[in-house]
Amino acid sequence: MRKFASWAGILLVITFLLLPLIVIIPLSLTPTSFLSFPSRALSLRHYVALFTDPKWIGSGVDSIIVATLTAISCTLLSVAMASGLWLMNSRWTPVYVTIALVPIVAPQVVSAMIIYYLEARLGILDSYAGLVVGHCIVALPYAVITMLVAFARLSRSLERASRSLGASTSITLWHILLPNVRSGIFGAAFLSFVISWDEVAVTLFISGLNVMTLPKRIWDGLRFDINPVIASVSVIMIIVTIIALIAYAKRSTER
Amino acid sequence: MATRDASWLGFSLALPLPTLLVLAYLLPLAGVLAWSMSTPGGIGFGNYRQIATDPLVVSILLRTLRICVAVTLISVAIAYFLAYHLRFGSPWKKRVVLIGVLIPFWLSSLIRAFAWLMILRANGLANTFLQSTGMIAEPLALARNELGVMIGMTHFLVPYAVLPIFSSLQHIDNRLIQASRSLGAGFWRGFKDILAPLSSSGVLAATIIVFIFSLGFFVTPAVLGGGRVVMVAEYIYLQMFQLSNWGLGAALSGILMVVVVALMLALIKIVGIRRLMDTAS
Repeated sequence: MRKFASWAGILLVITFLLLPLIVIIPLSLTPTSFLSFPSRALSLRHYVALFTDPKWIGSGVDSIIVATLTAISCTLLSVAMASGLWLMNSRWTPVYVTIALVPIVAPQVVSAMIIYYLEARLGILDSYAGLVVGHCIVALPYAVITMLVAFARLSRSLERASRSLGASTSITLWHILLPNVRSGIFGAAFLSFVISWDEVAVTLFISGLNVMTLPKRIWDGLRFDINPVIASVSVIMIIVTIIALIAYAKRSTER
Repeated sequence: MATRDASWLGFSLALPLPTLLVLAYLLPLAGVLAWSMSTPGGIGFGNYRQIATDPLVVSILLRTLRICVAVTLISVAIAYFLAYHLRFGSPWKKRVVLIGVLIPFWLSSLIRAFAWLMILRANGLANTFLQSTGMIAEPLALARNELGVMIGMTHFLVPYAVLPIFSSLQHIDNRLIQASRSLGAGFWRGFKDILAPLSSSGVLAATIIVFIFSLGFFVTPAVLGGGRVVMVAEYIYLQMFQLSNWGLGAALSGILMVVVVALMLALIKIVGIRRLMDTAS
């Protein structure tokens, strides 16, 4: 009896957690021009509308540009920081880490306000540079955590062995340490890409008409013109996330 | 001990990221706090006075607090249930729970809020289903009210609460539970005397983390509340971009930041920084 009850409870909760995903796919396949659940026929017309609308295409391109640049910058910065801390092995490490993690602790809306203030001062609101900076600040703590975890698994004896064979610090770093944290590097890149790809709160504060990522356009759609194209963009966004997830999983299990 | 050139290379590699965050985050934070002191009448504490006395602002803060407390308690309760089965369940149960917890993680908050709006609105999935089965005659008000906001927020927060609770359950020695069983303790006795005390730090951590998270929620309440359930984050957004009242928005941000830092310090004190790092990873 208890076994049955616990299974029923689990299925109920899991259904609740998966419901949005289950619902969004049929919504995007409705043949009607308004948002409804398809009763008989399925139709791809809203995907066709999506891929032939220059506005949505432009937003997709903006999203990919911003997310790619964010992933590259966050990965470089966080790999440098984590490897630097590992090499230094200093008692000041917690100070560096605390500073790096501040944006994760602050409420989203506060981060948005801070980034708005910064970019208004620098005059980079509503530009690619502005969005990349904003998304980097949001994503950096996650990239840093990923890299710190990767380096924490590394044995100190690796460095000692490489040095005893006469390798310099930079050779050791490049040929011994970094190859051993490769899956962490892919993890940091993947996480920052997905965080930027999905970012809404900060984006709403700092973007306007010049650069409009997909979440920003979806947000405007929800406000002014709710239609099934939003459901099909959502499905496409989920698919891109899944592709990134698979690419990451493949790269990190290769070795 | 690191050699000298390792220290130098390490230092120059480690420095850029924290420097960037000091310049691009902590410094502007100071700027925002300075903003909060500017009022139409000059420099002063006018914005903070307004927050404390203006009935509209006070009612929004109280609503935010009420919703966040309720959502946190519900999320942690659901998360405990899931974490328990993730730790002690059969392999199949573990697999099902893991899928249910991990998949929503990768869906954006905006898409989730949109999907919930489609489910909960007057002619949405839930009402259509209930009406077609004859359980209700008139559509229930599930969205554009506090109920809708709470459903959407709970859905977002449950996965985040599962991880710290699961990690505290994982530290519990299986033999303790076997011992309690062999001494004749039933499920509830074992839960009360063994599981509950040993997982309390994880539950507390989950509660604080989820509560901090919920305070700054912006997208979910805005979409599911439909402008009728304005919480503090959306209010800040409206102050800035519709009323250009940056001072008030900045002051509210400052207060939020202080509350969150205080809660974070409490969390570090309770759980310990090392355990917290482990949980984060």
